[in-house]
Amino acid sequence: MKIRQVSVFVENKPGRLVEMLEVLKGQKMNIRALCISEGSDFGIVRMILSDPAKGADAIRKAGFTATETTVLHSEMPDEPGGLLETVAKPLAEAGINLEYFYAFINPSPGKANIVLKVSDPDRAEQVLRR
Amino acid sequence: MIWNSKYETMPRGELEALQLERLKAQLSRVYEKVPFYRHAFQQQGITPDSIRSLADMSKIPFTTKQDFRDNYPFGLLAVPLQQVCRLHASSGTTGKPVVAPYTANDLRMWTEVMARTLTSAGVTKDDVMQNAYGYGLFTGGLGFHYGGERVGAAVIPTSTGNTKRQLMLIQDIGTTVLTCTPSYTLILAEAAAEIGMDLRLTKLRLGICGAEPWTEQMRTEIESKLPIKAMDIYGLTEVVGPGVSVECPHRCGLHIFEDHFLPEIVDPQTGARLPNGQKGELVLTTLTKEALPVIRFRTRDIASLRAEPCQCGRTLVRMTKVTGRTDDMLKIRGVNVFPSQIESILLQVEGVEPHYLIIVDRERHLDDLEVWIEVSEAVFSDEMRKMEALQKKVKDEVEATLGIGVRIKLVEPKSIARTEGKAKRVVDRREL
Repeated sequence: MKIRQVSVFVENKPGRLVEMLEVLKGQKMNIRALCISEGSDFGIVRMILSDPAKGADAIRKAGFTATETTVLHSEMPDEPGGLLETVAKPLAEAGINLEYFYAFINPSPGKANIVLKVSDPDRAEQVLRR
Repeated sequence: MIWNSKYETMPRGELEALQLERLKAQLSRVYEKVPFYRHAFQQQGITPDSIRSLADMSKIPFTTKQDFRDNYPFGLLAVPLQQVCRLHASSGTTGKPVVAPYTANDLRMWTEVMARTLTSAGVTKDDVMQNAYGYGLFTGGLGFHYGGERVGAAVIPTSTGNTKRQLMLIQDIGTTVLTCTPSYTLILAEAAAEIGMDLRLTKLRLGICGAEPWTEQMRTEIESKLPIKAMDIYGLTEVVGPGVSVECPHRCGLHIFEDHFLPEIVDPQTGARLPNGQKGELVLTTLTKEALPVIRFRTRDIASLRAEPCQCGRTLVRMTKVTGRTDDMLKIRGVNVFPSQIESILLQVEGVEPHYLIIVDRERHLDDLEVWIEVSEAVFSDEMRKMEALQKKVKDEVEATLGIGVRIKLVEPKSIARTEGKAKRVVDRREL
């Protein structure tokens, strides 16, 4: 299903990530998933938050550049080949390109979660539903 | 609108005759009253009588900023101190400031040229003019203040700073004209956006911006972020303060008030006079100043002159917008680089804000150029390859224009210091 992801521009210098996380803590915001993509001088912190709109707003007010984007969230079996068979292969066969993705554990046993940014989210959603 | 048609639309022949008459009187006065000028003329083997036409100007030696420092504070004063009724001083970034004394006549002249300036830019007695130039030693605050009052506008003397209060006054009092540095207009726009204030719902309509070089691209940026027409003005402490020249509504250069200030353009290296249309260093001579007359002052500002009549009716010569200074010209790996060149390139990339910093360093005997750009939401993407593409695009454009390598660093918003006065664009860490 489609969900909102909050992405934040954070410079590579000590303490900046801490400041951003303090803002979220102050809002009693839970980070459900997180991934950092790093460049040489900066990183892009991508997060799935308990309340994306409120979280993004608070982060912006603290002086960060933030953006909200729609990404896909999908469940997959937490077993060998799970990512391959239920996500990677079906998307490849449908000719959908992955921009990036990150995976995390699901509280229910035997399941894992994945967040994906793809070239064609509508079609990818249909493919993954099957 | 024209404040003083007699002088602003005077036929060229008549104007040049007036200039020559005033120049001769001015030269005689400084020769008699100011030892610095007398010595300089004698060294050159000339007297005031050697100047018989405006073309003879090139025989007269230049005056430089260093001469002001060497003669600090009153060495260039041409009247007894009893006749001085105000003193201003420029911000001395290096060493002592430049002290600028005025007689009562000087202040009247200054108010007159400021009234012309504001009228040319479009200010009328119906306007509410919020003056966010610094009040105090800096000439900007009081220069605009008295000009605004003379025109009959309601002047709010806010001075610089306290951005939130500036916004409150714009909203509550119904300010129509904002006078401040071009970079401060953007700080106001940014602060307004932060508090959710829509400047388009205010009565603002006009901005009169000067005190630092700015580009046409920056003007476009200002006019897209604030509901104002941004007009350029020019002036400097050594000559009078603001009020030397200003744009008219046709915005095709800045009309110099030539009945008071005589302009020339010279080659910054050789000092040779350049013909109209050619770019070089602006040199100014005051024709009517009493306390601090200045002869052939090297402004260090880069511009060119155009003498063709303007559609507005003014016969006054026009100078191009000042986009660089001979002294903020950086020499990087032997290449002349003006910060304004980099600013133009940055502003051509969609979404890039005019908040940037140029850092020059020298590593292992090689100059290293780095440009910091703030990442706004307009250019930020959650995809790293798009951010890298942005970096590369700016890098390629800068390198294509300057012909030297550059590193582009993306930084967080507000990480480049904001100034309420002149914006600081360059950090040169080279120890030369």
